[in-house]
Amino acid sequence: MGILNKILTAFRGGASEVGQSIVDANSTRIFEQEIRDAEKHLTKAKRDLTEVMAKEMQASREVDRLKRSVAEHEGYVAQALEKENESLALEIAEKIALLEQELADQQSANESFTAHATRLKELVRKTERQLTDYQRQLTMVKTTESVQKATATITDSFAGSNSKLLNAKDSLERIKARQQTFDDRLQAAETLAEDNNDKALADKLAEAGIGEQKSNANAVLDRIKARKG
Amino acid sequence: MNIHNIAGHLNDLGDRSQTGLQFDCYPIDGEIDVLQVNIVNREELPIFVSVTDNQILCISYLWGEDEVKPDTRLSMLETMLELNIPMPLSSFAKVDDKYVVYGALSVQSSMLEVEQELSVLSDNCLEVIDELVDYLK
Repeated sequence: MGILNKILTAFRGGASEVGQSIVDANSTRIFEQEIRDAEKHLTKAKRDLTEVMAKEMQASREVDRLKRSVAEHEGYVAQALEKENESLALEIAEKIALLEQELADQQSANESFTAHATRLKELVRKTERQLTDYQRQLTMVKTTESVQKATATITDSFAGSNSKLLNAKDSLERIKARQQTFDDRLQAAETLAEDNNDKALADKLAEAGIGEQKSNANAVLDRIKARKG
Repeated sequence: MNIHNIAGHLNDLGDRSQTGLQFDCYPIDGEIDVLQVNIVNREELPIFVSVTDNQILCISYLWGEDEVKPDTRLSMLETMLELNIPMPLSSFAKVDDKYVVYGALSVQSSMLEVEQELSVLSDNCLEVIDELVDYLK
């Protein structure tokens, strides 16, 4: 069963109650052990591979040496025959037969090392892939655990204090209302600033005797006198 | 990276934050360390931050299953799936019986990245509630 499936099964089985772990500590330990085992396998497979590849190179060098030796001795046989030394030729031919036997053995060893190396390379690749997968799964288990514990911590904290998480609508309304108050204040401050600017201009105009003039007592008196007269 | 140096950084920012938001952080005691990050003027919708081996998780609660109108629940879930990619940096999720928006960062993230994540998450959270409020009772 895949890890996602395990996590979902645990969720649906109601294991998400506070204080109850979704993925029990035991399975986390098993995962961690599996990762350590896979790492050991990998180290061993890599060491074996190095050894086999060294042996393969050795066997291949030996094959070359034997081939050269066979060719060399075949030359000697030809020379012995030229000198009509039949018995020496036969003796060399016997040596060649031995060399050829050894060559056949080395060639077969070489092939077997090559095949072994190929198998080990495949094993290393598979183990590395498996290790990555285990680590991904462990991350998922640990994250699930961590979120669950964090949730328990948050829930406990709110249960312990008098504060509580409001419902979404109320939260939004309160935040919006606060924002509105802030905006209103900003608006009010701006309006006030504008009013002040208007007043400052009006004062300057009055000082300069431009525009509507403020009535003063003398002007009122003059006006009334004029009406009487 | 742990919640205490995140708290230290955010609390020291004051109004010098790059995001224009002011943060107020309180570590919550529990089995694992959780940081409650309040954003000034948005205290009703705090963000909870926890740090694991390989990631920093920032979660903000949206609403509980009990707040959802049952007859439009399926349509709400579809809307959430559809909004999941367009919503910057955050994703929808469900923890126990609560819907959440969350963001996950690498533990190698810089403090500025953490700050931006929290700011975007908070904006997303407000916007999501505002947009999806019709699905709620």
